[in-house]
Amino acid sequence: MAAIETVALRKTYQVGFWRKKPKVALRPLNLSVREGEVFGYLGPNGAGKTTTLRLLMGLAAPTGGSFKILGGEINDPAIRSRIGFLPEQPYFYDYLTPLELLNYYAALSAVPAKDRTRRIEATLKRVGLQEDAWGTQLRKFSKGMLQRVGLAQAIVHEPKVVVLDEPMSGLDPMGRREVRDLIEELNHEGKTIFFSTHILSDAEALCDRVAVLNRGELRGVGVVADLVGSVKGNVEIMWHGTAANTDMEAKGFSCHAVGETVRAIVPEMEVDKAIDILRNHGARLMAVTPMRTTLEDYFLAKLGAPAEVTQ
Amino acid sequence: MSGRSQRGASLILCSLMLLMLGGSVLALRQITLARPEARLQDVLYIPSSKALKRMSLGYNGLLADIYWTRAVQYFGWNHKHKAMSYPLLYPLLEITTELDPHLIVAYRFGATFLAQEPPDGAGEPERAVELIDKGIKANPDDWHLYYDLGFLYAMNMGNYEAAEKAFDSGSKLPHTHPFLKILAADMAEHGGELETARLLWETTYNSTDDPGIRSNAMRHLQALDVDETVPKLEDLIRRYREKTGIEPTSFFELVQAGWLRRIPTDPLGMPYKLLPDGTVQVQDPEAWSFIRRGLAPKGTSESPQKP
Amino acid sequence: MSNRLGAIAFNTFREAVRDRVLYNLIIFALLMIGSSLLLGQITIAVQKQLLINLGLTAISIFGVLIAIFIGIGLVSKEIDKRTLYTVLTRPVQRWEFIVGKFFGLVGTLVVNAGLMTVGFFVALLYLMHGLVRSDLSILAAVYFILLQFLIVTSIALLLSSFSTPIESAVLTFAIFVVGSFSEDLRSFAEAAKGAAHYITMAISYLIPNFSALNYIASVAHGEAIPGNIVLLNTAYAILYAGSAVCAASLIFQNRNMK
Repeated sequence: MAAIETVALRKTYQVGFWRKKPKVALRPLNLSVREGEVFGYLGPNGAGKTTTLRLLMGLAAPTGGSFKILGGEINDPAIRSRIGFLPEQPYFYDYLTPLELLNYYAALSAVPAKDRTRRIEATLKRVGLQEDAWGTQLRKFSKGMLQRVGLAQAIVHEPKVVVLDEPMSGLDPMGRREVRDLIEELNHEGKTIFFSTHILSDAEALCDRVAVLNRGELRGVGVVADLVGSVKGNVEIMWHGTAANTDMEAKGFSCHAVGETVRAIVPEMEVDKAIDILRNHGARLMAVTPMRTTLEDYFLAKLGAPAEVTQ
Repeated sequence: MSGRSQRGASLILCSLMLLMLGGSVLALRQITLARPEARLQDVLYIPSSKALKRMSLGYNGLLADIYWTRAVQYFGWNHKHKAMSYPLLYPLLEITTELDPHLIVAYRFGATFLAQEPPDGAGEPERAVELIDKGIKANPDDWHLYYDLGFLYAMNMGNYEAAEKAFDSGSKLPHTHPFLKILAADMAEHGGELETARLLWETTYNSTDDPGIRSNAMRHLQALDVDETVPKLEDLIRRYREKTGIEPTSFFELVQAGWLRRIPTDPLGMPYKLLPDGTVQVQDPEAWSFIRRGLAPKGTSESPQKP
Repeated sequence: MSNRLGAIAFNTFREAVRDRVLYNLIIFALLMIGSSLLLGQITIAVQKQLLINLGLTAISIFGVLIAIFIGIGLVSKEIDKRTLYTVLTRPVQRWEFIVGKFFGLVGTLVVNAGLMTVGFFVALLYLMHGLVRSDLSILAAVYFILLQFLIVTSIALLLSSFSTPIESAVLTFAIFVVGSFSEDLRSFAEAAKGAAHYITMAISYLIPNFSALNYIASVAHGEAIPGNIVLLNTAYAILYAGSAVCAASLIFQNRNMK
């Protein structure tokens, strides 16, 4: 069963003073997320990622099309209790403490009262919120701490599908690392993770599959393992000593020098030739690295390409 | 947020909302019926009308209108239920005129309905005079109020001298009704007469637009008609009896005998009744509030109106 | 369902209690009640009357103010601040959200009025050195004030579900004022003719009738409140407030979150 499945899901807003001008936020979207996947939803700002998530979470009504989550309707409380959601830039009742907030949410999600305290404390520890902050009002929290609380409320009720809108935003590199680890952990527990982001390195590290969205339109869906890592056919060489530069340039290898350290990108077949030139000039080799495709390449390619029919 | 279950819920909510709204209207109706005058309770509890004026934060006019409407409603509702006292009428009018001293119709309404005997009024002519005096102080150039004052003295208190003085003062105003001079003169000579009463009620009728005051004046005029006609008819009967020696049993006999052109009817269109003892009565005494003749001798207790 | 309603209601209550505006208003009201004791030179009977008038009016007005201040933001604040998103995505029905908020605020007002009433009775005891049986009717008058709160809260909530706080505040206040004169409105309607008559009559029945719930003056004069009035007023307030809450739920149900 697909964890999330959309069929021609679309959304048009009426804007303008008389609400006459239609603004297409999402064109008909056909997407399928498998259970147990980590799925990345990529796109530049304003592409329609948040709109899609709002539709999926039942916060806004679609203009057309349909979708199912875990085979059911979002209206169904049984389905809702199996989903966890973290909106982008979440705000919480700032007069509450994390314990009170999570208690409230847990009660709304029908976590049995006797388990609540245990689960809440476990979840807070898991998201890395220090204990001495548990009793402090949220109004005093930093963005990073709020983001952790947000993650906590998304998982405290042990959902099967976790939907996150820009989960890394506002976090320092340490924090992002922790969130990445958390997502991996959750995935290992069998949870499906669907998150949107515009930070490609995170997606590359975490996702099984990604989709690229631009201007409300789905541009491509692909398996990360397939898209990344194929050798592009170029090799990057780094060396110390600028004496060889002139000859290298002469052979058509453009050099970039920073002080005494120089880099050049050389086609795979010419690697030996290049290394010979360098040795002749007494340059000291530092690194010879084959270049691989990154997700960024795929991303940029898909942004430019016309819309694709998805698999 | 999709489809069917949502529409179902909306339908339930909508019907529930309409049902409850309807229910609330029904409950409100019951409440209104159970406490018709409750909103007037505060009239008794206001420390003074001057205090109320201060509290009204400048919205005197609106508040005056509200109290004026309450006064009219209060009187109308109680009158319909044949009340024998109107304790709140004076306070309501006093507050109204304190809030808006230039609301002439309020003074005039009081002049009529405070003075008349119950159940057609509060039976408090002195308070009516108080109210009018207050009105004259605030509106010294309005002839209507002098007129009403004279009327009160003449019709409700039998004080023809004071009436004459009031009419006289009114007649001296820059914009006055020409009648006031005539009325002043009339008081001296013809104070208690029926013709004077008729003149006064006609003048009252013509001097105002207020429907309550007008219809009251009309009923008085009709009553005066009866008071005039009944003795004439009884006299006619007596003369017929003396002349023909027959005790007539109905007016029809007199019509046949040529003494009357047709069966005499009262101003409401009902034929007069001829009783065996030669007295004349109106068909429906209940329909008449102000008549002094044409009623059955015992039982009905109309305390006689002052002439 | 009742767990969720209770959770939302309790959370709303908690939010109100931690809002400092509440305390300022309570303190001010208590001061008002206390000040009426300082007017020494009049007879005890009149002092009692004044205390009841002033005290109950304070409880009523301040309660309505709190109902408006907090009520207008019940929904709009959550939407603006986006605190709503993580709540609605849980197995909570939209109407549960509205109804829970309603009870939370009503609960706040009841506790509030309760505190002020206690303060009031303390003042009364101090003045009269004892209570008499007729003072029970004061409790009935307070009960009616609570019924007023029920209606005002439901209207503020209804407006909050689709307007901005300022619009809601102004409208709720206007409805409160007009509703206090609704019986006079009906008198005007009865005197009017034609279309004006029907329209004004309809309005006078559809706006809430606050004067029917105001027994402060009569209680100040020691009058008892008839039992059937208590029942009718209770029914009226529940039905009217219920209708407004249904309308609020209906609107909120169909609202798109941006």
